[in-house]
Amino acid sequence: MSDPTADGSVEFAADEVRHLAALARLGMTDAEVEKFREELASILAHCQVLAGIETAEVEPTANGADLLNVVADDVSRPSLDVEDVMRNAPDREENYFRVRAVLE
Amino acid sequence: MPASAAADPWITLDAAAAGLRDGSFSSRDLTQASLDRIAAVDDQVKAFITVTGEEALAAADAADEALRAGAAGPLTGIPVAIKDVLVTEGVRTTAGSRMLENYIPVYEATAVGRLRAAGGVSVGKTNMDEFAMGSSTEHSGFFPTGNPWDVGRVPGGSSGGSAAAVAAGEAIVSLGSDTGGSIRQPGAFCGVVGMKPTYGRVSRYGLIAFASSLDQVGPFARTAGDAATLLQAIAGPDENDSTCADLPVPDFKADLDKGLDGLRVAAPREFFEEVEGGLEPEVTAALETVLDALAANGATIDRDASIPTARTALPVYYVIAPSECSANLARFDGVKYGFSHLDGNSMWDNMEKTRQHGFGDEVKRRILLGTYTLSAGYYDAYYLQAQKVRTLIRREFDGIFANADLVVAPTTPTVAFGQGAVTDPYQMYLNDVFTIPANIAGLPGISVPCGVGTDGMPVGLQLIADRWQEPLLFRAAHAYEKLTDWHTRHPEL
Repeated sequence: MSDPTADGSVEFAADEVRHLAALARLGMTDAEVEKFREELASILAHCQVLAGIETAEVEPTANGADLLNVVADDVSRPSLDVEDVMRNAPDREENYFRVRAVLE
Repeated sequence: MPASAAADPWITLDAAAAGLRDGSFSSRDLTQASLDRIAAVDDQVKAFITVTGEEALAAADAADEALRAGAAGPLTGIPVAIKDVLVTEGVRTTAGSRMLENYIPVYEATAVGRLRAAGGVSVGKTNMDEFAMGSSTEHSGFFPTGNPWDVGRVPGGSSGGSAAAVAAGEAIVSLGSDTGGSIRQPGAFCGVVGMKPTYGRVSRYGLIAFASSLDQVGPFARTAGDAATLLQAIAGPDENDSTCADLPVPDFKADLDKGLDGLRVAAPREFFEEVEGGLEPEVTAALETVLDALAANGATIDRDASIPTARTALPVYYVIAPSECSANLARFDGVKYGFSHLDGNSMWDNMEKTRQHGFGDEVKRRILLGTYTLSAGYYDAYYLQAQKVRTLIRREFDGIFANADLVVAPTTPTVAFGQGAVTDPYQMYLNDVFTIPANIAGLPGISVPCGVGTDGMPVGLQLIADRWQEPLLFRAAHAYEKLTDWHTRHPEL
């Protein structure tokens, strides 16, 4: 995909945007592809400043507050009521979420 | 206190709680006044997506019962508005998205549950940029919210509805969420107090996730003290959120009256110099007046402080936040809940059409951006590099806090802009240039009204403290409020 050019600008081909959309499972019209192609390039051009910052000796920070995961005791508790949860299902069959065939 | 005080749209939480305790008025009076105000002004302001009048009055009656029984807490009977990104059991929660237009949660967010347990009365769910992505509330999937000071302008975002509800006198306090400034920026635009706690201070259980290394829940209020009262009710460890810090919660109001004497305040030059997109002279002038007032009242001001990497926080954010959002929003597939396209020719086709029609443009933009920055071959150059620069930003803040108690900065470079005035995505992002650094470093920050700029629109003073030092923020903000009356001014509606 698109590597930044020497002047920091980023180019996206329409097919590259379509590839990203497919990875993200986002349906997209041709007009949207064109719009996002320009906008992504513009936003990423502003992010190129990061490439010039020396970080060879720097560890990454995952969150700002140095939090460690807090683990709960492993004891069973009541879970949500299945009928309550299934009430939000767009399509169901008994206690299963129903979808169109995954494999044709 | 006269009984009519219940109908004062600008009553503070502190005064309302006092009036409830001494029997001047009931929670039903206060709650009905809030609902009446919503009925009177919300067709202009449009702060609410859902108003829960019946539930509110029932909760008010229960609060009055508790008050009579002498079992009242600091929030008992107080009308509160809740950003529609926090799930509420049995009450529709949309996150400002068509994707969740008819979603009825089956559980309660911890912050909301604690607020109710403390006696708070929810009057409804407030409008927001879709999935909290935006700085103007124009990216709501339903309608834009107006700024109560001038409804032709934006209230800021993404928690624009929660800020506008407090500014318009529709609720006494409200809850928002802040990922890159989404509480502090609308707080500044609407002339109310908006506070982002330290990352990990408040449970995110039931907060619909946007960027998990940045998101934090926090309060809006009319005074710093009221914001502290609300934060007190919602903060602290939660076994349902493994990222909520297992630390004791201090008394956020313990230092409220200690004044400014001896406080070491850093005013890093990067927050006072010209920025891309422009720094409004009236904003700078208001901040200079603040610095003079702080210095005249016992604080020392360091104008030589510097956080050179602060300017890289915006690009760091626009790599990290979209990356995390692209992963978090993968759950919206039209299978388990929410909007679903069912007429396609395969499961994948349905999923793509669900996301095509369920998400708005800003959400799609960020999902695409995050998919790109996390993809093979680009992860190291973007996401990993952004996380390393994040370390540098943290180190510089740590250096500042080795010699200072607080950082002071404008909350935003400009006052609220007109609806539809900013159309370029990156220009919109520039609104958060002064608020994002605190999110990147996990620091608590507060915005307090401190003046007016162009056309009399409010300006916000931002205070940032070291991790877990929220009491210092409330102390300084409260001391500043004692020196001025900006926080007591109200829009004409």
